[in-house]
Amino acid sequence: MPIGKNGQERLGKSAVFILGAGALGSSGAEMLVRAGVGKVTIVDRDYVEWSNLHRQQLYTEQDVAERLPKAICAERRLTAINSDVRICGIVTDVTAENIQSLIAGHDVLLDATDNMETRLLANDAACKMGLPFFMGACVGSYGLTFPFGVQTQQPCLHCLLETLPAQTMTCDTAGIISPAVVTTAARQAAGVLKYLATGEMEPKLESADMWTGERSSIDVSGLKKSDCPSCSEHASYPFLTLGSSIRPAVLCGRDTVQLSWPRNKRLELPLFVQSVRKVVSNLVHNPYLVACEYHGHRIVLFHDGRMLVHGTKSITTAEKIASELVG
Amino acid sequence: MEKVIKLNGKKYEVPKGVGTVRQLLDHLDLSDRIAVIEKNQSIVPKGAYEEPVNDKDQIEIIHFVGGG
Ligand SMILES: [Zn+2]
Repeated sequence: MPIGKNGQERLGKSAVFILGAGALGSSGAEMLVRAGVGKVTIVDRDYVEWSNLHRQQLYTEQDVAERLPKAICAERRLTAINSDVRICGIVTDVTAENIQSLIAGHDVLLDATDNMETRLLANDAACKMGLPFFMGACVGSYGLTFPFGVQTQQPCLHCLLETLPAQTMTCDTAGIISPAVVTTAARQAAGVLKYLATGEMEPKLESADMWTGERSSIDVSGLKKSDCPSCSEHASYPFLTLGSSIRPAVLCGRDTVQLSWPRNKRLELPLFVQSVRKVVSNLVHNPYLVACEYHGHRIVLFHDGRMLVHGTKSITTAEKIASELVG
Repeated sequence: MEKVIKLNGKKYEVPKGVGTVRQLLDHLDLSDRIAVIEKNQSIVPKGAYEEPVNDKDQIEIIHFVGGG
């Protein structure tokens, strides 16, 4: 009986923040919701695409057809799975500006992002707010996990990474097989359940390759850096103070640029639909976003003002397209 | 002499020309990855990758990836 009656009661009173509703987020969220945690907040900036369906277990072909944001679909599906759990799906980009207010009020942070930059931002926020952090990442048939944050003498993710070569800041573009996702998410979820039920956590760095059968577990407790910018006494939280992500950005590992709706223009999705209807094709809209094709580029405008321009890595090209559409 | 080590829990025949931790990382195509390496239950510091890889060593390598 790993959890027990008391543990189950504690689970029912806990709140889990899941950063990302992609592969790891889908899988981890489903396990935690079925286990009966009290509250799950799941945040994601993206919408469901065909290429997600082989590994992102909360989504269906219908979600793709409706171009629904992942956070919305995840909330619906998770609520259908266990209506006793309070589920809150939030469609937004997690940034240095909003991360602290997003994660406030939760007991643990489950890392399910798809890039190192956001992961380090979350690491800083978790360190600053004293929130236990359950890191997970995977690519190909390989995945790794690392939980920390219960005891201050434990290293944080930043301690383990030390120097950050540019290469690790980009994301992996290779595919992922679902078994790698599920094993990685299972380790994270087991860690979260154990911590919530008993308060215990084993700060081990672990990995598994589902294709080669290699497995590894390393005790990293000696890697705490006394001058770590993220978790030491005099931490400066460098990723929380980095420039805002409101500036245009090329999305990690994708042929896509993210822009923001101009601040001086009112954003109303129905008005945008009216204004572009004649010049775009394949127009799909729902209360959360408008998706369409324009000069060979897929464009998605979210209700929080973010605009994705697919099919380019050039910010200049993306801005030109946006200005033609926004007018 | 052929060296056989245990790498991430599996038997691994060390290829000819691989004599150090750094050469092993190169061979595994992990040299430009951030990785935590353990040899015979103790962590190999980043500055000590010239340490030899010997027969019957137990080596664990966990490298970081971005995806999820
Ligand atoms: Zn640290």
